[in-house]
Amino acid sequence: MAATDTKEKIAALGEKYKYGFVTDIEMERAPKGLSEDTVAFISAKKGEPEWLLEWRLGAYKRWREMKEPNWARVHYPKIDYEDAYYYAAPKTAEKPKSLDEVDPKLLETYKKLGIPLHEQMALAGVAVDAVFDSVSVATTFKENLNKAGVIFCPMSEAVRDHPELVRKYLGSVVPVNDNFFATLNSAVFSDGTFVYVPKGVRCPMELSTYFRINASETGQFERTLIIADEGSYVSYLEGCTAPKRDENQLHAAVVELIALDGAEIKYSTVQNWYPGDEEGKGGIYNFVTKRGDCRGKNSKISWTQVETGSAITWKYPSCILRGDNSQGEFYSIAIANHFQQADTGTKMIHLGKNTRSRIISKGISAGQAQATYRGLVSVHPKSENARNHTQCDSLLIGGKCGAHTVPYIESRNRSARIEHEATTSKIADDQLFYCTSRGIPQEEAVALIVNGFCREVLQQLPMEFAVEAQKLVGISLEGSVG
Amino acid sequence: MLEIKDLHVAVDGKEILKGLSLSVQAGQVHAIMGPNGSGKSTLSYVLAGRDGYEITSGSITYKGEDLTAMKPEERAAKGIFLALQYPVEIPGVPTLTFLKTALNSQRRARGESEIDALGMLKLVREKAKSLGVKEEMLKRALNVGFSGGEKKRLEILQMALFEPGLAILDETDSGLDIDALKVVAEGVNALRDPSRAMLVITHYQRLLNYIVPDRIHVLAKGRIVAEGGKELAHELEAKGYAEILKETA
Ligand SMILES: Nc1ncnc2c1ncn2[C@@H]1O[C@H](COP(=O)(O)OP(=O)(O)OP(=O)(O)O)[C@@H](O)[C@H]1O
Ligand SMILES: [Mg+2]
Repeated sequence: MAATDTKEKIAALGEKYKYGFVTDIEMERAPKGLSEDTVAFISAKKGEPEWLLEWRLGAYKRWREMKEPNWARVHYPKIDYEDAYYYAAPKTAEKPKSLDEVDPKLLETYKKLGIPLHEQMALAGVAVDAVFDSVSVATTFKENLNKAGVIFCPMSEAVRDHPELVRKYLGSVVPVNDNFFATLNSAVFSDGTFVYVPKGVRCPMELSTYFRINASETGQFERTLIIADEGSYVSYLEGCTAPKRDENQLHAAVVELIALDGAEIKYSTVQNWYPGDEEGKGGIYNFVTKRGDCRGKNSKISWTQVETGSAITWKYPSCILRGDNSQGEFYSIAIANHFQQADTGTKMIHLGKNTRSRIISKGISAGQAQATYRGLVSVHPKSENARNHTQCDSLLIGGKCGAHTVPYIESRNRSARIEHEATTSKIADDQLFYCTSRGIPQEEAVALIVNGFCREVLQQLPMEFAVEAQKLVGISLEGSVG
Repeated sequence: MLEIKDLHVAVDGKEILKGLSLSVQAGQVHAIMGPNGSGKSTLSYVLAGRDGYEITSGSITYKGEDLTAMKPEERAAKGIFLALQYPVEIPGVPTLTFLKTALNSQRRARGESEIDALGMLKLVREKAKSLGVKEEMLKRALNVGFSGGEKKRLEILQMALFEPGLAILDETDSGLDIDALKVVAEGVNALRDPSRAMLVITHYQRLLNYIVPDRIHVLAKGRIVAEGGKELAHELEAKGYAEILKETA
């Protein structure tokens, strides 16, 4: 497979944080702070219909009454929501119709990030939507996808061109009042990706979105909605980077997946937001709600995530197994080094009969970092014959970090079979010595051993990305031993 | 080639090697024998540069260079190879990946070009075949679930692949059946070369029938207490260590 270009793009993800640069481009922002006016400003900027503005304002009202959750094992100073911008976009008159019209500075930015938006991506069989701060700046290969009937476009465009689909599904998996961050997102979401795969269609290429935070003091609130109609299949990958800044920036995204009868969605994430420096200064707060609804019979949703960045990660990609015989999977690698904090896991909600879920979580802590796996497996009374298998492994590097496992199990049907295995280990001295005595330098040895530890999860990534994700694993652990 | 002078080594503050001297010329194979706990593995770890083995006095030079300041990976790149008495398991890392990473790391450190995936596969297959290592094993995680004998064969496979200047084999013969012993010995003999030296640690004279050493050293309580030609192994086999130690005391 001619995947070298794709590889390069993730290879870029895999070098020491080198996306710390800032693109100097004129920005248009909403006034600082959050109010009904801010919400209306964003909605107007996007030329949204009345119903969506109402929807946003409803969310805003709810959010005002909500409290920030504090149950996660993460600690951070109080966020001042009035001291941030909620909308920032490169100042170009109009969304460019083709890549040739895209501001060269933006193309340059994505090139630096290792994401060439031009033809090369076709060779790799990957279509890309690039989101820069609050707006989508380019979407590639729309035509190819159109031929197959697949809709892959920025959310703002979907609102305009496919309002019936958006209206039907938006908020149907993550309701407006779901949780503090999701509700905030519902009020101020800026852009994100929309995907619809029609009945019986196997999406002909990997779809991927690149999220880039550039502007300072600005939160990113993207919204992704993926609908796989009956018997269809789609594989989607998102990648994320942000500049190095001393301040903490908020990223509160919502992702909703809907799989109808017999459909399958594979959603992969390589998250490499700026993690802060070695002393714990700066970095992204990644407070994200991701949920998939296996709405149809025999449907399947699979989450794979490689989480190496962010100062704080608060994220629980979940599956609602509503359709009979539906399947949910969660494969996760979460690496926390230096002062990073990761509280991540999944929820598998078994509603239908013969539903199956599988959880494989690999948590790696190094430096003074704390990694927590938090998972819920819930079997409802009508869910006959539900099956879950959870494997939760933690690896510690050095003596100052911590790993925690918090599994919640609620079974209200006696036919359910739930298995939970958990291990905690350290990289043993003799393993390191074995590697170094064969010529492998210490840091590479750590990367090799950790990649071995994560193997079952790495294997779930689309082939083009797996090799480079391995590199990323190594890089994010630099300086963790010796 | 290898020159060890009056070496004292402590582990966790306890002195294990107490004034050991040893000299091995290029092209030679030396055997080290000695009772359990006499410090044979300790010596091998010190040569390979393992952390926690503190040299309190004495010197080690290899090809005229001071070894003691080098990290294990630097020593490996310079041609030092240690086949471990107890090879280590690394879950999830395919054996082939490990071999590839190790060989290319060594080559990189020496400023040589890396071998690509295909070239590596060919090279490893060829060595594996000659040492009776099944290809299926190369796909499995390194040493995980390998039998004792399979682990030892894999050590020799690595030796053949890295073509070291100084190979130290720590009880590579223990746990091998007779056929495997022959295969391993053939592997070792195939690498005998005027430019290469070997240090073979063993408890059994049987191995030395296949790998005939130029010299045998007996290590006891952290010191070389007896030395001789290959006939010394027969003598040890016949009399046991106690007798020999008494004679040399
Ligand atoms: N960490 C340690 N702390 C204290 N003593 C140690 C430590 N490691 C090794 N030793 C001791 O050092 C001595 C030498 O051990 P070594 O493994 O080198 O012996 P050996 O000659 O290889 O024995 P064998 O023939 O059984 O393999 C032993 O008495 C052992 O108990
Ligand atoms: Mg020993």
